[in-house]
Amino acid sequence: MQALWALLIRDLKSASRAGGSLTTLIAFYLSLGVILPIAIGPDKPLLASLGPALIWTGVLLSSLLGLDRIFVADHDDGSLTAFRHTRLGLSAISFVKLIVHWLTTALPLIVLTPVMGVLFSIDLDTLFAVMLTLLLGTPAITALSLVAAALSVSLKRGAVIAPILVMPLAIPAVIFGVGAAKPVLGAGQAETALLFLSAMSLVFVAFAPFAAALALRVSQE
Amino acid sequence: MTDQGETISTNWFSQLAHPGFFMRWSAYLIWPLALISAVLFAVGLWFALFHSPADYQMGETVRIMYVHVPNAWLSQFCYGIMAVSAVGTLVWRHPMADVSMKAAAPLGAAFTAMALVSGALWGRPTWGTFWEWDGRMTSTLILFLIYLGLIALWRTFEDQLRAAKVVAVLTLVGAVNIPIIKFSVDWWNTLHQPSTFFRADGPKAPASIITPLLTMTLAFTVLFLLLHVLRMRTEVTKRKADRLEHLKIARQQKAS
Repeated sequence: MQALWALLIRDLKSASRAGGSLTTLIAFYLSLGVILPIAIGPDKPLLASLGPALIWTGVLLSSLLGLDRIFVADHDDGSLTAFRHTRLGLSAISFVKLIVHWLTTALPLIVLTPVMGVLFSIDLDTLFAVMLTLLLGTPAITALSLVAAALSVSLKRGAVIAPILVMPLAIPAVIFGVGAAKPVLGAGQAETALLFLSAMSLVFVAFAPFAAALALRVSQE
Repeated sequence: MTDQGETISTNWFSQLAHPGFFMRWSAYLIWPLALISAVLFAVGLWFALFHSPADYQMGETVRIMYVHVPNAWLSQFCYGIMAVSAVGTLVWRHPMADVSMKAAAPLGAAFTAMALVSGALWGRPTWGTFWEWDGRMTSTLILFLIYLGLIALWRTFEDQLRAAKVVAVLTLVGAVNIPIIKFSVDWWNTLHQPSTFFRADGPKAPASIITPLLTMTLAFTVLFLLLHVLRMRTEVTKRKADRLEHLKIARQQKAS
């Protein structure tokens, strides 16, 4: 347990000191917040009605941007080989990686979402709903990213292929995430979507570390 | 590689794993499968084109169904084959399982694409549109994307033996996800489109439609099996050729 804490803190430190990656993430997300309204036109009611869908798409695309960071540094400097022989087990280590990736990728995007809300001129209630669904739904996306990063860790073109693998599998999260945030729905439907979204995040987070560990093991031998 | 006479194992399962043994028995499958498939296609097409009634609403275009439904069935059947092969690769480390998995992926993508295209061509005259965001069509399109991802992953690896295990993990992750995707897309679809389309392949269809439909489905399935065996044989031969190429290079380096 102590070792896992140490690993968590080490990864958070190296993420904060590596520099640039958080700035890239923020810049990419905000660029989408500018490009989408420009492409659609300054039609405020239209933007407001599309808002939740655009924000969810933006978060999905932005979080795929730094996906290869999850394991690549550890693979390059040999830490991953060391991890394979620790008593902790690769699954536990993958779980720590999942938490770190969520804290350094999904959380900043959720914190920035009010800015996107202003750009898309969505009202406060919808904004809170979107932020809630992002909070509940992004763990599922992070879990899928973890598996894809583990699959592509030894590849030179891993950063290109991994997002292609995640996107079709992340579709349910987008469906329920946007569905729960839609203001037009009745309370019952939104609640169903919210429950399914949470269930999916829980299941994916529970299984992803094992799948990622398996992928790491087979791609190294 | 083909002479495995004296080291032959008594266990049929490990015998099956021997590529040389596979090449020997699968050679006898090709002509029978091709013949059965050709006969089934001939009978099925004859029934479908001349001996089934035109629909009172859709007219002659209903006959597209006899191509569309078998392809849609194969798009899922092929993923099933791949998932079973993935288990074979990861659990038993069966050398033919990953060959089977690799051979099936492009076939699955092709049959899924044919299901989508024939569906679009059928949709145009009957629904007045090439594409409708209907639950089944959407999840078939997502399945197509998953196939493309798997093929792309195969191609990024140089070492195909290592690729097999990695792709097997993704295939199984996909297999777990497909029901979730199907369910979520259906939920999304009922939310946006409460209207339901007619179901041509419902149980109420008369025998004059069921007979050609079943024959064509069987014909396409046998065709799939034939192509699958052929692709597996090609893959085994390709790996042999690659190995020989490596040996040749190694020998040249040794000599120089």
